[in-house]
Amino acid sequence: MTSTRVLVAMSGGVDSSVAAALLVEQGFDVTGVTMKLWGGESDSGCCSVSDVEDARRVAAQLDIPHYVFNFADEFDRAVVDPYVHAYVAGRTPNPCVECNRSMKWGRLFDRALALGYDAVATGHHARVRSTSTAFELWRGADAAKDQSYVLYMLGQRELARTMLPIGELTKTAVREQAARLELRTAAKAESMDVCFITRGGREQFVSSRAPETPGVIRSVDGAALGRHDGVSAFTIGQRRGLGVAVGERRFVVDIDAPSATVTLGRRDDLLRDEVALTDLAFVEGRPAADRVLDVQVRAHGTPARGRLVDRTVEYEAAQPRVAPGQAVALYQGARLLGGGIAV
Amino acid sequence: MRRDPCRTPPYAGRVTTYLDYAATTPMHAEAIDAMVPYLRESFGNPSGLHTVARRAKNAVEEAREVVAGALGATPAEIVFTGGGTEADNLAIKGTARSKRAEGLGDGVVTTAFEHKGVLASCDRLGREGFRVAHVPVDRGGIVDLDALAGVLDRRTVCVSVMLVNNEVGTIQPLREVAGAVREVAPHAVLHTDAVQAVSWVDVAALVADVDLVAVSAHKFGGPKGVGVLVARNGVSLLPEIEGGGQERGLRSGTVNVAGIVAMAAAIRVTVDRRDREIERVGALRDRLERGLLAAVPDAFVNGDRTRRVAGNLHIGFPGVEAEALLVALDRRGICAAAGSSCSSGATEPSHVLAAMGVSREDAQASIRLSLGFASTDADVDVARDGIPAAVEQLRTAPMVPR
Repeated sequence: MTSTRVLVAMSGGVDSSVAAALLVEQGFDVTGVTMKLWGGESDSGCCSVSDVEDARRVAAQLDIPHYVFNFADEFDRAVVDPYVHAYVAGRTPNPCVECNRSMKWGRLFDRALALGYDAVATGHHARVRSTSTAFELWRGADAAKDQSYVLYMLGQRELARTMLPIGELTKTAVREQAARLELRTAAKAESMDVCFITRGGREQFVSSRAPETPGVIRSVDGAALGRHDGVSAFTIGQRRGLGVAVGERRFVVDIDAPSATVTLGRRDDLLRDEVALTDLAFVEGRPAADRVLDVQVRAHGTPARGRLVDRTVEYEAAQPRVAPGQAVALYQGARLLGGGIAV
Repeated sequence: MRRDPCRTPPYAGRVTTYLDYAATTPMHAEAIDAMVPYLRESFGNPSGLHTVARRAKNAVEEAREVVAGALGATPAEIVFTGGGTEADNLAIKGTARSKRAEGLGDGVVTTAFEHKGVLASCDRLGREGFRVAHVPVDRGGIVDLDALAGVLDRRTVCVSVMLVNNEVGTIQPLREVAGAVREVAPHAVLHTDAVQAVSWVDVAALVADVDLVAVSAHKFGGPKGVGVLVARNGVSLLPEIEGGGQERGLRSGTVNVAGIVAMAAAIRVTVDRRDREIERVGALRDRLERGLLAAVPDAFVNGDRTRRVAGNLHIGFPGVEAEALLVALDRRGICAAAGSSCSSGATEPSHVLAAMGVSREDAQASIRLSLGFASTDADVDVARDGIPAAVEQLRTAPMVPR
């Protein structure tokens, strides 16, 4: 009998290196692949030559084949362009969510199946569990590193063919495994920021790809407080770097892109009883409307309690407004049920 | 689990069907044998005066004579370089800058589908203020001679047209190119990147028509990292790499003795057997082409089939992504290529096919199969069965419904 063929996405980082190594140890027929998603021959940031080289060298250490898939065009179209246009439209996109949806479990997943692989593996900190009736997605064992939030869109079709080998490990344990296996990426620093913005920062990146309209900053009562160079510099809930001096703490409570107006208010002005969602997806079907869910609106935010009614999450107690474009993941404890994108 | 990279070669024992001779070839046994003495006992630096140095020096000069003979040049016209790209850089930048310094002009002309070594050199000159023109090529992958004549003028100082295209294998009408240059651009030097040509074309017969020829050893059974620029007498060149003044001051740096000796052995073998190999490999290629076109009826061939070298087959399979196909083939032990590879190993869209007017869709469905001196009937059998099977697999992939 031939063993299960697994295509593991290797970014050149320690998590996916260990994921590949563990799969090899477990006896799977493993192939490594690095997606080239961005840029030319730059040697910094994501998909740099040195990251690809790290992945290739780890694959060589493990004696598995390694390929580079050039998905740069699709990444630009499916992730970067929407990211820029969301910011210009006053939203706060989550490009990692979109990359998981359209690249890792889109383009890569489809190609893997076409090439005859049985499963795709990644180095995400999350866990796939199979019960007698369905596949479930659970938070990673390391609560501080849990990445299930950015995987809310995975359904049965994907989970049936997805392996997340390091989900049971803490980050410390991952590094210990990497050291035990003498992987060259064992001590590599983690990547934290948006991978395709390698220098300059978000505002510079956005304004280099889309024209920005300067506008006015107002308070909730309508008073003009100052001016700004473009709404992409602002996020709902932001309180630093607003560029205006007012006596007390102010937060961005609204962004209106058509009029280029940014509205500041007090914390109370941010509170909402509900959040409407689009792009809803469920791991195994929609939870009942009377079921109390744990609602998480940031990668490592503390969940609030609420219910999903139609396309809207209704909180038990008012919560700060979620920036439009952010993912809202719905859990029951450590088990992910699905989620959507805040409108 | 950890493999010592200095002891165990990777993938030892895995059988492959190698169809990527245009990327690089295995070495001729004669070339390997020829270089070993110059890695062992005769390891001297040819610039020295003692016995070990002199042995190395003599070997380099004997190799120079062999290479000159094979390329239709005199030994004094041979400049050893670190490969084809370096030879292209030296030829183009070295002559254009020299000519401009003499006040003879500022025009540089090349084609739209050259190797990156040529295109990047011309881009560099463009940034230095030269006028750079890229002559279009036709759908069959042949340079447009009328367009060429249209961009040449009396201020043109350097013209670079490849002899054989590296992707579709088409042989360019260099004699006609030379005629146009002599007629319209009397001050221009004519350079040809002949890196893909040596195994398939009698370069020596063409050398009389051109001023500069770039060649690379690893494309004809020699080692990587060594090449030649033939610089005909009277062509004045400014060096790219300066230092100890080796190679008549045109390419400083300690001479790659073993590599040069091996290149000479390889070019001798290649030229000796060339006519027979063109016939033998051409028959293999034709059998492969017939087999693939029969098995995949909608497959299409890129490049003029009557004007390409014997080892090249550039073929497309509509609806199949070349990048995925290459992986599927590799999993079957078949080594092929597509587009041009960048340093990360990713497949980049082909500027060659784009220049020929091939649609992006067709270009992304096309792969290059290139055969050479160690290719066998068995290789063709494996490829003729394996490639249609891989195409079929990708076309009928059991799509999991969303």
